Amino acid sequence: MDVEILARIQFAFTIAFHYIYPPLSIGLGLIMVFMEGMYIKTGNKQYEILTRFWLKIFAITFGIGVATGIIMEFEFGTNWAVYSRYVGDIFGSALAAEGLFAFGLESAFLGILLFGWNRVSPKVHFISTIGVFLGSMFSAVWIVVANSWQQTPAGYHIVGEGFNARAEVTDFWAMVFNPSSVDRIIHVWQGAFLAGAFLVLSVHAYYLLKERYVEISKKAFKIALGIATVISLTQLLSGHSSAEVVAENQPAKLAAMEGHYEESGSADLYLFGWVNDETQEVTGLKIPGGLSFMIDQDFEAPVTGLNAFPKEDRPGQVNAVFQFYHIMISIGMFLIGLTLYASYLWWKGRLFEKKWLLKIFAFSVLLPQIANQVGWFAAEMGRQPWIVYGHLRTNEGFSQEVSSNQILFSLILFLVVYAILFLLFIYSVNKKIKHGPYDEAKNPDEFLKYVS
Amino acid sequence: MEYFLGIDYPTLWYLVVGLLFSGYAILEGFDYGAGMWHLFFRKDLSRRIAINAIGPLWDANQVWLIIGAGALFAGFPVMYATMLSSMYVPFMLFLMFLVLRSSAIKFRSAERMLWWRKTWDIIYFTANVFISFLLGVVLANILQGIELAENYSYKGGMFFSFLNPYAIMVGLTTVSLFMTQGAIFLLLKTEGRLHARLTFLLKKGMIFFIVSFAATSLYTLVFLHGVTDTFKEHPIYFVIPVLAFLAVANVPRLASKKKYAYALIFSSLTMAFLLMLVAVQLYPVLLPSTIGPEYSVTIYNAAASQKSLGIMLTIVLIGTPLLAGYFLFLYKTFHGKVKLDDTSY
Repeated sequence: MDVEILARIQFAFTIAFHYIYPPLSIGLGLIMVFMEGMYIKTGNKQYEILTRFWLKIFAITFGIGVATGIIMEFEFGTNWAVYSRYVGDIFGSALAAEGLFAFGLESAFLGILLFGWNRVSPKVHFISTIGVFLGSMFSAVWIVVANSWQQTPAGYHIVGEGFNARAEVTDFWAMVFNPSSVDRIIHVWQGAFLAGAFLVLSVHAYYLLKERYVEISKKAFKIALGIATVISLTQLLSGHSSAEVVAENQPAKLAAMEGHYEESGSADLYLFGWVNDETQEVTGLKIPGGLSFMIDQDFEAPVTGLNAFPKEDRPGQVNAVFQFYHIMISIGMFLIGLTLYASYLWWKGRLFEKKWLLKIFAFSVLLPQIANQVGWFAAEMGRQPWIVYGHLRTNEGFSQEVSSNQILFSLILFLVVYAILFLLFIYSVNKKIKHGPYDEAKNPDEFLKYVS
Repeated sequence: MEYFLGIDYPTLWYLVVGLLFSGYAILEGFDYGAGMWHLFFRKDLSRRIAINAIGPLWDANQVWLIIGAGALFAGFPVMYATMLSSMYVPFMLFLMFLVLRSSAIKFRSAERMLWWRKTWDIIYFTANVFISFLLGVVLANILQGIELAENYSYKGGMFFSFLNPYAIMVGLTTVSLFMTQGAIFLLLKTEGRLHARLTFLLKKGMIFFIVSFAATSLYTLVFLHGVTDTFKEHPIYFVIPVLAFLAVANVPRLASKKKYAYALIFSSLTMAFLLMLVAVQLYPVLLPSTIGPEYSVTIYNAAASQKSLGIMLTIVLIGTPLLAGYFLFLYKTFHGKVKLDDTSY
């Protein structure tokens, strides 16, 4: 295989694996802030037990997120050297800001969060929890800013030609607040909150089904359900707003997301379907003119289609972009329905009576994870063939002097180590869940005496 | 070219990157160093204490690597891209060992089984040794230069060309330096029999360091052409090797008096002075080309734009006091000897 394909496979694999963990850390961070906040406010020890329990799972998640994240930081240079020289001037400041403002904050407070229970007061511990949570939120900001700049470049000019061409910052704030960054940051945050909330919902639904830790599980379930309901609803808004930015700035991506080929004509909105790239036809269930309506509030409004772009300037994998995008939306819709129904039962005071609902929650932990992954696949594959939209092509961005054998070597190394890491993650999280927040032989109050 | 306090921006950023990597070497130096003594402790409890000595700190210390690499990318994108893509295999191995090391810390004490803990102990030890060794290898290759042609394209071998005699010597010196640093740090964190064992181990570590340090220095002076040029031109810089030598000599003296906190300061200073020596010698080159000096990566042809450097210097000015604050708070909280509790690894 050639170097470009291998470099892309390696990047896709390492970033997708990495992206299992940071969203979970951000989401669990938010939930821990609520749990520990309730503990500080009410003094109810049950909230302390919950915080301590989730902290253990958070610690593993966070650790793997950091370890796999460092690899990403170096991989731009090792595998995408031309790209790194091209965007260094832009990317660099975002990365430096992430390191200093976000990473310093989260990693320094992490030590206190994990090991400081007996060394600092509950209030200081709570502040550390907030510090770690905010740090992880900021990390997402800078990294999404950098990626958004690749999608919708702004605040820059191109200097030099040929090999020496590169983008340089002309306006820092225009670069940071490029057309897509704000919507995408919010969208990514919300995806992360959902990943965390649904893990908590799943685990406590499991306990409720098994009739273990019933009292604290009800408390945790309600906290997470509250967050999940609000976020899945508002996720729809940021998603819609993101799509509008795509329509304006990356018409070829939008066209690929809905399989819209016609150069300029009314575009349909599919609920699901299958794109045949050769015949340029989509078979599936659609709302005729739906996409036109979503963008211009007019079913007849023309939308730029894929055929308006030369073949080499539009995404190659139209069906993949279409499918990933639609899976994300379907999951989003399902989560809205699920959380709204559960919240309705909560309001009626019958939340924990339906076993089938708890079963759905127990399994739905995977849904936000899948949505996060496919959402990014759609965003990144839809940007192709560009690595920096409109300026640098992916097939120009990789390291020219690295050989395919070298990448094959590192790819195999990553596959092996990450497979082990994933098994360890599943094993240890599963073990912690099976064991539960405290030894059931002891009652909670005794348990707390035992730990402190 | 823009200036601040009479120094041009690329030079200022060179100082920033240098400081960040010194911080990384000093802080992760004792983390990796502690890890390289791991198999020298026989009892499981001693090994747990050694891991928990760095337990709350290592994640924060690692931030210096992340910020350092970020700063290199930000300020000298050409250097970041050229160095990492040329030294592909050493860096990939380095990264892999970093992942294995983090996993070992997290998972080692999670199970009671003996085979589990022993396996992780070996992985942990090996990872720390290779991380330190590879850092030395990279440093040595930067000092010697690599085969760069036009457009910063690398023409040399994949892996074994990096493992030349000099690289192995600098690699071993890095290992020994970190081991010394790690032993002193663990002496501050432990008591009782483990402490007594460490005083014995520290002596061995210092002998290892002094031997490899002397050999490497000699090799550098004899075989690396032009390493003393800067110093001949500017005799004032001779003060740095003198200071480095004094700092080295001070470590055994303070250790024998059991003043470990001061010993740690002086062994940290040793690293700082040695890196300063490298920095002064290389300046303004970042990565010399052995094919021709016109192909070398320098702070001027590698630098980001003046505008970008200006923004990042502002970010550093705002961020550094914050970072210093977090670190002071963290180190103050975990000051003193290790005490295992239910939150420990």
